[in-house]
Amino acid sequence: MSKITVKLFAGFREGRFHRRELELAAPAKVSGLLRELEIPIAEVGVLLVNGRHVEPDYCLKESDTCSIFPKVGGG
Amino acid sequence: MTPAATAALEAFLVARAESGQVAWPVYEEAARRFSLSFHTIEMVVLSRGLFPLRYQRQQELLGAAGQLRLLQTRAALVGCGGLGGAIFEMLVRLGIGHIVVIDPDRFTESNLNRQLLASLENLGHLKVEAAGERARQLNPVVEVVPLAERFQSLSAASHLAGCELVFDGLDSVADRLELSQFCRREGLYMVHGAVSGWYGQGALLSPDAGELERFYPGAAVMSESISEGNDSANLVMTVNAIAALQVAGALRFLLQDSKESLPGGFFLDLSGPELEAWS
Repeated sequence: MSKITVKLFAGFREGRFHRRELELAAPAKVSGLLRELEIPIAEVGVLLVNGRHVEPDYCLKESDTCSIFPKVGGG
Repeated sequence: MTPAATAALEAFLVARAESGQVAWPVYEEAARRFSLSFHTIEMVVLSRGLFPLRYQRQQELLGAAGQLRLLQTRAALVGCGGLGGAIFEMLVRLGIGHIVVIDPDRFTESNLNRQLLASLENLGHLKVEAAGERARQLNPVVEVVPLAERFQSLSAASHLAGCELVFDGLDSVADRLELSQFCRREGLYMVHGAVSGWYGQGALLSPDAGELERFYPGAAVMSESISEGNDSANLVMTVNAIAALQVAGALRFLLQDSKESLPGGFFLDLSGPELEAWS
């Protein structure tokens, strides 16, 4: 198991949380975390782990912090 | 300009400067007398160590060297709607010397809640023409090239290639990704920004490392039916706040000595308010 911190932003917090520590079964990919949180990948914008952009197939490690932002496309 | 002509203009400006600052009527007289553009006159003002009175309030923060850097900057603005209108206003007031504005659209009534250049009087008019007119009212030194076309056109592409900074004022993810790819191919810095309701994001992307795809990981699986662009809900405060962050990031970049350590990006949620930035 990997203990990671998850930070959600804007509308993703509704019905979920702002910030929480979660225990995930290793190997834990970000895409798996999104599925567990029931966040469709099509709605996801910026994905950061420890302040760096990652792809959804990134493997989370113990004590990583994962930030999930909604997709933003208007102007 | 010949050295003699430059010397004559310099003498003219020095004689009419007050406390080292040159007021606008002097520009107009110099333009008439020497048949020069305002842009050229301002180059000489700043190179000579004088300062335009119009920029008095930013003199302490930018200095003549910084202000000259802005005057020499060739920027492009792709999209002249919400983000674009706000960005344009700031670039003109700052004194960015050359701005190519690219947008094929005309103003419609639903633009009025957030697009700075939109008014009841110019509904149906081309957005880029309104931009040109606004620049003439605020700061005629700024050279504006209005292109009422999509940025994918050949002529727009050739104008873009001559710019060092490309401001993102688009309203669709697909267009933005295409613009990012273009900027990377041409070696241009892209000042990304996007808004949705109460929040928005942005980043200054370098041509060698700044891939906008990282901001849209779900783009590959996005369906066409997702309303993610021009139908999205948008508020004027968010538009102005994100535009300000875009311009601030670009200004820091233009004024700094080295091009290293570009910030990674920011996300601003005005419902908090909350700002998250990363490197």
